[in-house]
Amino acid sequence: MAYSDRIIDHYEHPRNVGSFDKNAPNVGTGIVGAPECGDVMKLQIRCDENGRIVDAKFKTFGCGSAIASSSLATEWVKGKTVDEALQIRNTDIVRELALPPVKIHCSVLAEDAIRAAIADYKTKTGADAPAAETASAAR
Amino acid sequence: MKLPIYLDNNATTPVDPRVVDAMLPFFRDRFGNAASRNHEFGWLAEEAVEAAREQVASVINASPKEIVWTSGATESNNIAIKGVAAMYREKGDHVITQVTEHKAVIDPCKYLEQNGFRVTFLPVDRNGRVSPDQVREALTDQTVLVTIMHGNNEIGTLQPVREIGAVCKERGVLFHTDCCQTFGKVPIDVEQMGIDLLSCSGHKIYGPKGVGVLYVRRKRPRVRCEPVLHGGGHERGMRSGTLNVPGIVGMGKAADICRESMAEETPRLAALRDRLKDGLFGQLDEIFLNGHPAERTPNNLNISFLYVEGESLMMGFSDIAVSSGSACTSASLEPSYVLKALGVGDDLAHSSIRFSLGRFTTQEEIDYTIERVVTAVKRLREMSPLYEMAQEGIDLSKVQWAAH
Repeated sequence: MAYSDRIIDHYEHPRNVGSFDKNAPNVGTGIVGAPECGDVMKLQIRCDENGRIVDAKFKTFGCGSAIASSSLATEWVKGKTVDEALQIRNTDIVRELALPPVKIHCSVLAEDAIRAAIADYKTKTGADAPAAETASAAR
Repeated sequence: MKLPIYLDNNATTPVDPRVVDAMLPFFRDRFGNAASRNHEFGWLAEEAVEAAREQVASVINASPKEIVWTSGATESNNIAIKGVAAMYREKGDHVITQVTEHKAVIDPCKYLEQNGFRVTFLPVDRNGRVSPDQVREALTDQTVLVTIMHGNNEIGTLQPVREIGAVCKERGVLFHTDCCQTFGKVPIDVEQMGIDLLSCSGHKIYGPKGVGVLYVRRKRPRVRCEPVLHGGGHERGMRSGTLNVPGIVGMGKAADICRESMAEETPRLAALRDRLKDGLFGQLDEIFLNGHPAERTPNNLNISFLYVEGESLMMGFSDIAVSSGSACTSASLEPSYVLKALGVGDDLAHSSIRFSLGRFTTQEEIDYTIERVVTAVKRLREMSPLYEMAQEGIDLSKVQWAAH
């Protein structure tokens, strides 16, 4: 299985690798996956006072497609409000990266990571998180 | 130094140019069918096949009459396991093997289980070894075959074949061993090791793909097995089908080259492999060798790099060809069953890389590999949430993961 150019690009030049202080009040942190599955993604968002995501960072233990999916996720959430970011679907990631069928689960995990980060942010800032819950129930 | 570098010789090997040269005439004018008894085309083919038989037999101290040509070790294993089980069905219905065998042994054993046989899959220790005592305890008066590989293809661990052969001899049970990874690399003597059946493959010894051998003992005892392929009765009825003459000539030549070079090549490979091992262990912490540290094939190194996943690591040095036990690299998304059998955790199975050196591997390639691997591991650890958590002193085994 040869890798698509976009996956290689994200792997060679990942966007937004790193960490925020998870205790900072305007930072949301999502950690999804498990080492036994071979995939763990940590995605963090930092928001301004209006709930707009101004910065995002990620770290991933996983294959090239997992790294690319989470890197792309941090690119896409930047500049969106948290509710806009909840509209990101794994299928968008699949299309953008040309993920083969066997790697689709990497995009699902990246979508989960976005939602987990947003849910954490909402919990910390006291906003309720109906959107995140609805999304989980719908899936 | 040419890129990409090939360090996946356990998967397959390049065909030695001397082997290609030996094969070519048998594609060109010496194209006869070795079974054509009535003209020179056939006689020349037959002569070449018999010479190749002798070449392979010499490597393992067997008689040429005990060499059966097949399409590869998978077929050899199928004949040995299914064919012996069928032939000795009246004597018993029990077979013994172990959990880290190649699928070409495990799957025929599972097939036997579905067809009225009982199979014991012996567990292995942390280094991947079974003991002769385990075999002795598992033997019953219904056992017709013990099949235990000589060297493991993933982790390189060597089984105590000589001692297991002795136990089988003691109890009068046939002993088969898959020697794909050891033929021509490590000395094998079917007499001294009490081996009754042996499989090996052309494309693991710098020969062509599509040809292999099954050694079937003819004396003390005379082993019989039913064929898997019927049709013409070739190879003493054990394997019908027109012989792959060019492939056979190639495998014979490859075996001959192994026999001549083994004394010099094996230590050379082991030294290069150790150079790679020392280079990596010297510059990286939290990495682990999988398999037995001493009893292993000379060319194999299987290492788990903690906190880094195998497929992403291979992308980090994509100009070097290796393989991984990670689920991400398998079609089934299951991590390596061999590593699981060792009791290596799934996270370490996903982080494993197998380096398998070969005849054409150079020191320059090894030094380049060390540098590229170390750089890639360090870079990926900077990107790894697991490494970050470990640096913070978090015990990863206590974390509640939100797996989906």
